[in-house]
Amino acid sequence: MRIHLTVNGTGRTWEVAPGDTLLDVLRREGFAGVKKGCGTGDCGACTVLLNGRAVNACLVLAVKAEGHTVVTIEGVAQGGRLHPVQEAFLEAGAVQCGYCTPGMVLSAVSLLSHNPDPSEAEICEAISGNLCRCTGYVKQIAAIERAAARMRESQ
Amino acid sequence: MKKRESRAFVVVGKSEAKVDGRGLVTGRPMFVADVDVSDALVIKMLWSPYAHARIASIDTADAERMPGVACVLTHKNTPATRHTTAGQGFPEPSPYDARMFDTKVRFVGDRVAAVAAETEEVAERALAAIRVEYEELPAVLSIDEARRPGAPIVHDESDATGIYDPSKNVVADVDIDVGDVAVGFGESDLIVETTCETQYAQHTPIETHVVLASLDADDRLVLRTSTQVPFHVRRIVAQTLGIPVHRIRVVKPRIGGGFGVKQEVLLEDVAGWVTLQTRRPALFTLSRREEFTSSRTRHPMRVRVKVGVKKTGLVHAIEMEAVSNTGAYGAHGLTVLANTGSKTLPLYNKAENAHFFGQAVYTNLPVGGAYRGYGATQGYFALETAMDEAAERLGLDPIEFRLRNAIRTGEGSPIFAKLGEGREGVSQTVKSCELERCLEVGAERIGWTSARSKKERRGSWVHGVGMSIMMQGSGIPEIDMGAATIKMNEDGSFNLLVGATDLGTGSDTILAQIAAEVLGVPLAKILVTSSDTDVTPFDVGAYASSTTYVSGMAVQRAAEKVREQILGVAAPMLGVSTERLALRSESVIGEAGASVSLSRVCQRAMYETDQFQIAATASCVPSESPPPFLANFARVAVDTDTGVIKVLHYVAVVDCGVAINPRLAEGQVEGAIVNGIGYALSEEMQFSSRGRVRNPTLFDYKIPGALDIPRIDVVLVDSYEPTGPMGAKSVGEIGINGPIPTIANAIYDAVGVRLRQTPFTPERVLEALQRV
Repeated sequence: MRIHLTVNGTGRTWEVAPGDTLLDVLRREGFAGVKKGCGTGDCGACTVLLNGRAVNACLVLAVKAEGHTVVTIEGVAQGGRLHPVQEAFLEAGAVQCGYCTPGMVLSAVSLLSHNPDPSEAEICEAISGNLCRCTGYVKQIAAIERAAARMRESQ
Repeated sequence: MKKRESRAFVVVGKSEAKVDGRGLVTGRPMFVADVDVSDALVIKMLWSPYAHARIASIDTADAERMPGVACVLTHKNTPATRHTTAGQGFPEPSPYDARMFDTKVRFVGDRVAAVAAETEEVAERALAAIRVEYEELPAVLSIDEARRPGAPIVHDESDATGIYDPSKNVVADVDIDVGDVAVGFGESDLIVETTCETQYAQHTPIETHVVLASLDADDRLVLRTSTQVPFHVRRIVAQTLGIPVHRIRVVKPRIGGGFGVKQEVLLEDVAGWVTLQTRRPALFTLSRREEFTSSRTRHPMRVRVKVGVKKTGLVHAIEMEAVSNTGAYGAHGLTVLANTGSKTLPLYNKAENAHFFGQAVYTNLPVGGAYRGYGATQGYFALETAMDEAAERLGLDPIEFRLRNAIRTGEGSPIFAKLGEGREGVSQTVKSCELERCLEVGAERIGWTSARSKKERRGSWVHGVGMSIMMQGSGIPEIDMGAATIKMNEDGSFNLLVGATDLGTGSDTILAQIAAEVLGVPLAKILVTSSDTDVTPFDVGAYASSTTYVSGMAVQRAAEKVREQILGVAAPMLGVSTERLALRSESVIGEAGASVSLSRVCQRAMYETDQFQIAATASCVPSESPPPFLANFARVAVDTDTGVIKVLHYVAVVDCGVAINPRLAEGQVEGAIVNGIGYALSEEMQFSSRGRVRNPTLFDYKIPGALDIPRIDVVLVDSYEPTGPMGAKSVGEIGINGPIPTIANAIYDAVGVRLRQTPFTPERVLEALQRV
């Protein structure tokens, strides 16, 4: 069956099987920044924004994305300019292996889009579905605080 | 975080952003399976449903006939060479007890057969069509069962080698002595003895094991794989498949975490064989469930420590006995066991009498392997519990007790020479040890004097603080090797080629920083290529906390050779001899401010006069393994109603020598501590009565998330290791050893019970509370 959706601002029409997840299809179509860590919604590595909300792409059937807007990590930087969250992740040392990074960045982008001044507890809550085994979260939380501050300043 | 004062370094000691960071935050296709795999066969494995059984018959005819199935592999059509999956230096200290596919299965999750098919669905259907008759055998599912006289024998095959005593399920046996502990205990005024047990735990890298095999234009096998040990993969796959090393190329792209579990050759032999048989690319990925059941785990251990102390507060004798469960295969069995003693006992070098002994035993359970900490983690639980108890019984503050007994700069320990990587070790004297400073800083941060022994109660919650100290090593002396090649380009940039394996640790970045420092250029002028066996020089890989110290020294030496060549070219340009020249700010600087740019130097060497490629290769095989040191402090709350433990604040103060990149070094410790907190409180592989993993998901096996972490302070103290590159030691593993004993000691401070079995779940805490 055929689905129509917008991915990172571009309209797409894809042939998918009824059982395909959004994760399967995005990776198949070349959005390799969307990572698979479990396939059961436990790790958050496949986080994408669906109509602006962070979701686990492994738990969304591709057909449910019909007519919707998806943002993957490939669509977060604009014209080669990093998003403040991406910049802050680099500067704060929040990236180690980088496998959880796309999902973590998207969860943070989603949080900051509706809460520009989150508390530490709100940041932890927002990324609680994104497991990281390398960093211990310390520098990721610091990076999100730094990005929030920078985004507030620039407004 | 404490900001470190910069020394005379320009690039080293700075928290530069990771050289691969930009690609990682923008989601560029940098991992194994991120390339186009649409034409690759998909490999799926049939795993044993039994803990112990012989394969009486296996019928793959139906599976082979299915449309879309390219091949089916079993013990009947694959090489039978016994080998070890442990990616260690050659000859490996692990037994040759594994076959690609065997006629016997030894744990639930052992290999039975593999299918390569056009799609995953076809592969799954083909697996279901394989008919296997098993003769189930009695299984051994614990250390005690494995050691019982007459126990079923896990490895009864005649062609396995390197097993200490297969008839008794003993993989390895270690027994070393210093002085005489019996006499030592007799001379002691206080004896403390404790036995602690640790559980089955899994590394859970967020990227599971994955390999893509293909043939290049010359029909050589190319393995693009998520590994910590590319050169060991090449050697072990060549050995297992019976093909020459030069017919294999191993490429490690970015990998999604390892923590030791990828120091293992788990998938590459099968994917390689499929590609050689079918001439098709083949992708083999472990599912999360398979990562739990069929990859590798931390060796569960029972460790007994007996300490004899004199009235003076000096430890006079220590005995440590460790029994390790290595599961169904002996990967890392001997060396993890040996490290349980060799990475712990030298810390208390005042003990004139020491005895370490133990065994690693087979069971019909998942296989142990390398896991960050590598035996030391298990050893420190018992050792630091015993030391806490000894201090208490002497009426000494535990910090004071550690200060009296711990090793110091200028001191050695006979254990260093007696016990090494599964064989004799290497004698060494500690040349940098800032443990005293670590204790001082940590005690202040946690508020030790005001919080200790207060048993402050809020409702059902009681607070306590605890501490522990530890050391690790920096590589394996006289065994590990790293090498680096540096070549110069005409714009004054340099290619740095290293076999060292960045598994997310940031080693590409810190190795580039070392090169940049020596060559007087900014980090951006060092272009790193790592871990491609066709391109980069040899390196044993990322394990044993070796990369910064061993590979880093190789990089420093290669850069120094290149510097000499640059100065040799520049000397006639500036009209002075080389010893009057320096490299700084991308130029060769002479006296009185005369200078010539690096790009001019390289242009001359490439195009103009006495032309040659400015380039050098250097190696490092270290003659010692300087330990990093760590002081841990934790404040915990114990809910006496429910048994729930909350860690409120964790302080880790580290002496890792000069931190080449302080922020990355802090990140190593922070990540290790959180992993250790999970291991201390919640992570545990649970088994059915027939040896099946009951919780092989990230839902049921609880690793810490962002909501589960305490406030964590990591402090790097100023230190300088004279034998290290730029004064550096290691930092990768040590942090994971801290949480178990530190939290256990804090729980004791709060509620007066000693927990001796991890993880400290509410059930275990409540049970312990009810015993007092």
